[in-house]
This record gives sequence, C-alpha cells and structure tokens, in this order.
Amino acid sequence: MSRHNRPAVGEAPLLDVRGLKKYFPARSRSFFSKEKRTVKAVDGVDLSIGRGETVGLVGESGCGKSTLGRTIVRLYEPTEGEIMFSGKAAPDRRKMQMIFQDPYASLNPRMTVGDIISEPMVIHGIGTRSERMNRVHDLLRQVGMNPDHAMRYPHEFSGGQRQRIGIARALSAEPEFMVCDEPISALDVSIQAQVVNILEDLRDLYGLTYLFIAHDLSMIRHISDRVGVMYLGRIVEIAPTEELYGNPEHPYTKALFSSIPRIGRQKEGEGERRITLKGDVPSPIDPPSGCAFRTRCPHAEKLCADRVPALADRGAGHYVACRLCGSQSPPP
Amino acid sequence: MPAMDEKNGAARPLLAVRDLCVSFFTHVGEVKAIRGISFHVDPGETVGIVGESGSGKSVTSLAVLRLLPYPGRIMSGNVTFRGEDILSKSAGNMRALRGNEISMVFQDPMTSLNPVFTIGEQIVEALAVHGGKKSPAEARTRAIEMLNLVGIPDPEARFGAYPHEFSGGMRQRAMIAMALVCGPSLLIADEPTTALDVTIQAQILELMAGLREKTGASIILITHDLAVVSEACSRIIVMYGGQIMEEAPSEELFENPLHPYTKGLMRCIPAFGGAGRERLVPIPGTPPDLLKPPAGCPFVERCREAMRICLSNRPAFYGEGRHRASCWRLDPEAPK
Repeated sequence: MSRHNRPAVGEAPLLDVRGLKKYFPARSRSFFSKEKRTVKAVDGVDLSIGRGETVGLVGESGCGKSTLGRTIVRLYEPTEGEIMFSGKAAPDRRKMQMIFQDPYASLNPRMTVGDIISEPMVIHGIGTRSERMNRVHDLLRQVGMNPDHAMRYPHEFSGGQRQRIGIARALSAEPEFMVCDEPISALDVSIQAQVVNILEDLRDLYGLTYLFIAHDLSMIRHISDRVGVMYLGRIVEIAPTEELYGNPEHPYTKALFSSIPRIGRQKEGEGERRITLKGDVPSPIDPPSGCAFRTRCPHAEKLCADRVPALADRGAGHYVACRLCGSQSPPP
Repeated sequence: MPAMDEKNGAARPLLAVRDLCVSFFTHVGEVKAIRGISFHVDPGETVGIVGESGSGKSVTSLAVLRLLPYPGRIMSGNVTFRGEDILSKSAGNMRALRGNEISMVFQDPMTSLNPVFTIGEQIVEALAVHGGKKSPAEARTRAIEMLNLVGIPDPEARFGAYPHEFSGGMRQRAMIAMALVCGPSLLIADEPTTALDVTIQAQILELMAGLREKTGASIILITHDLAVVSEACSRIIVMYGGQIMEEAPSEELFENPLHPYTKGLMRCIPAFGGAGRERLVPIPGTPPDLLKPPAGCPFVERCREAMRICLSNRPAFYGEGRHRASCWRLDPEAPK
C-alpha cells in the first residue's frame, strides 16, 4: 500500500501545537464556596503533525484526547498556548474538519443527507447550487453510497452508513486536516473495517492529514504513522507506530498495551504477564503533583512527585515523559 | 449433544437450551430475534457468546432468565437448568431461581444501581430477597465479605457509600458482588466491560476469572469483543441474525474457524501482534432485517462463499466433537 507523501525533511509541519492548555470551570465544592475549581482537561501539550501524516492519539476516557482534538479545530478556545496551522495562528476552519464519534447525534435529523453534506460548502460559499449537488453525489459515491441517498433523511440509515455521511460532510469543503474523534467505536466490528478502509482510501487520494483519536489500540496501530499516549491531559509518550508498539517505555504505555485483550494470548502462556494497574484515573480537577501517573505507577519513587517530567528525546523520534525511564535507573 | 451426556450419566449440563425461538411483537410486525438456538453450559465452565448488535445474544440471556421486556415472547423451545424445565415454572419459583441459582450482571453499572440507596443496602437487599432469613448483622457481614472478595478497598467504609461516590470500575465490582452474594451456580454477564476503559476492563476480567475458581460458578460472558472472549472463555458460541453460526473451544475457534462469518470477523480486526499494515478485509453489507429474516442462512447476503442452496434452506450443523458450524459449505456434497 502506498504509504503516502511523507513530509520532506525540513518542511514545516502542517500543524504545530505548543504548550496547549484547555481548562474548564468546574462546580465548586459547595454552593456558598467562593473557591473556583477548574478541570484541567488538556494541560500543556506540544504536538506537531507533518503534512500527509496520520497521528493516532490513545488514552483512557477523561484523559483529554477528545478535548485536545476539539481545541485544535477551535471548537473550544484554548486557555493557553498556540496552535499554528500552515504556519498561521488564525484558524482556517475550512481546511480543518472533524468526524465525530456518535453517528446518531452528529447528523441533524431534520435535514436531508444532501443538505447535510453540502452545508460546509454553503457556509464557505463554495460553488453554485448545482455544482454543490454534483459534488454531493460524487462524495456519496466516494464513501461507498448511492447518489440517490442525497434525498433521504439520516434516520433511514444504519450506523455505518451515517458515519459515511459524516465523512462525506467533512470532506465537502476540501479540508487538508481532519480530526477523527473515535469514528469507529460506535460501530459493529464488521462495519468498522469498512469505515477504516474508506478513511485510508481518502487519505491516499487527497493527501489528507489525520489526527485519529481512539481507544482501540489495534486499530490505531493499523492506521497511524505515529502514536501519542495521553494521560490526565498530557502526552506521556509519542513515537513512530512500530517503535512505540515494539518498544514502549513509559510505565503507563506498557500497562495500557498489556491490558488489551487479544486473540491467542492464552496460547502464548506466561511469557508475557499482564500488568494490571491498581485503582482508577485520578480526577483532573486535582491531579497529583509532578508526574500524574505516579499514583498508579508500579515504579514510582519520591522524585516523581516534585515536578512534571518533560518529554525527553530517546532517539528515532521516540519521546517519553518519565524521569525513571532515563539512563540512570530504567524500570525493570 | 446434551441428551447424549444424560444417558451416559456423564456430567449433566448445568443449563441446556434447545430450539429456543423468541419474537418481539412490535408495531411494525414480528421481529424474530432468536430463531431456534441450542446450546448448553457445563458446571464450572466459562462460555462466551459473541455477536454484533442485533445478533440476539442479549435476548438469549434475558429469555433464559425469563426477563424478556414487554413485546418479547418465547415462541417455542425449552430451557432446562439442572434438568428442570425453566419455562414452565411459576413466577414465584422463577423468582426463587433468579439471584439464588442464576444471576446476572448488566452492561451499564451506572444505570443498574439505584442512586438513592447505599451500595451496602443494595447488596443486603439482594440477600434479603433471595438469601433466606438472616439477621441484619449477619447480612451486613456477608455484604462486606463480598465487597472484599471483589476487591473493593476498605469495604467496611464503602458499605455506606452511594453509587455516585464509586467510579465505573468500582460500580461494576459492586454489581458483581451483588450478583454473587447468594452464591449462584450460573452467572450471566452481559457486556460487563463494554462501558469501561481497557485498564479497568483488565481488572474486571481478572476478577471474574478468579471468582470462577473460588466459587466454582459457571459463567456465560456475552460480548461483541472477540479478543475478550478469546482470553476469558473456554468455549465460544458465535451468533448472527438470531442463530448460532459456530461453536467451538476457544483456541480451536481462532486457529481453525469453519464458518465464513467467523472467518470474516477475524479478517476485520487488525492483528495486534503482526505489523498490522495489511489492508483490512471488511464484510460487505449490513446484518439482515429480522422483520423479514432470510429463509436460508442469515449470513447469505454478505457471504463470499454463498451457494444457491444457502438462499432457500437453513444449513444443519456440521463438525466433529465440540466444534460445530452451521454452513452448507461444510456439507460433504458441497463443491470444494
């Protein structure tokens, strides 16, 4: 398969995110309390994505991966930090689009499929009415549907078909960059592969750049060039896909990978013991000091509490935010 | 299969389902959710039922417990538990069976717990309804034991906590404690980990495997996730369109799938171990409409190996020993 146009060395990344933070106000402890509390959904993320690259983002619910995606396309205004897209700080909404998780909630039930798909073109003033309709028909064909479906309403379609409609809508304004926020997790297994194949075909056809958010680690491995792991609002490890899966270094990444049930593990026997994490993800309202993972980390030491570990370059594009993964005392 | 065991005096199956049919009478017509399924569960065994949404896997478990919601009705077939017919039991006898002998864990721990009672009260309630007479102090002790067993830290303090004070994983643990408090011999878990994150899912699956060893209860694990059943179950039943497509011991199923649907499902998932860059092979089309179920094999419209007979006649089960599949391609007379 053509692994598309990688960015040439030295070329500026399409998307460059620096020190991004997104805080939400949280309810205070009591009605009379003056204390203001915030949920630190995204708490200092640096991320750059090259043109034509697909970056996967994994993490458990509440780790901030969806908030990061939504802040990048400016569905949320960032609290702090900068987002450069094509070298510009101003958002280009036409060039950035989004595919949502829930194919039932993300399509307006009172609009026809044709109106839904052409809406981005109407908003951005692209084409005449008949040009737009032609494009709707082309797009429907590209996502494997029948052009006649443009006259129908969303409730007439299954989840997989609705997700295709969502993809056609995202494509209609000819974006360069798409945030796919759990686009397949609401679908049945046999339908997931259909949608993933369409996303791959479109990427190769239009040279699209994806930020692909999911919690299905095998699917992320399948589609991504590079994968980032998030925990409590920060990226704790990021590396080229095969490097990350072959050689995970952060204790959280290791535990996450070993938690995934997989076919045939029973036979592999005890050679690879599962690391089961104790406890739950701490609240992002009052995250632990220093490394946020230290409360569940099997290797945590005193020094982990002092300060937030920065992403350190481990070579081959592999970055890890763990003070113990350094050279002195590698965890067993 | 189970009938043979009974005659030989070998271990009798704990639960046996034969030719079960369930329909839902909706305003648009009769939805034939389950169309003649037979399977059994042996004592101490973990059986996985996998299938996509609408395959009938959850309806099967509700029918076994006779908890089908309103427009649903069991049309034919029989269900025996320890050799006793469940379907002819009175409502009172059935209630005595539920909770005591067969209990269930549901998918969503957020909505299956009552928010206005403490976790402890809800476990004690299960004990009061099903577990015979016990003094409040005894019941409390037993409930705390159960909370401890399912790995809730500081169970005495947690006894008085409300569901909203628990995280998703802890709530699912509490649900399991409630289901096991009367010492059932069969636990039906319907998608117990689907609403949970992978690291929490690993905790719950580990817990269930440990509990089976400690209590000797049989488990039916219902899920859409092939990888989960492959790790947790000794035997797997694959359902599609209200019928059983294939049934085999776990390892055997993944090494040597016989049914085109099972094979197709496995091609849909990227291999975790491999380089994983080969293109996925999706199963084209969508599951059948159970208002008008196909006369033959339910998978015929999406099957790459379909023949003419598949359209009109329902295939029998083929295969040896504990591995069987319902497909005309396995018939000795089918073209190779």
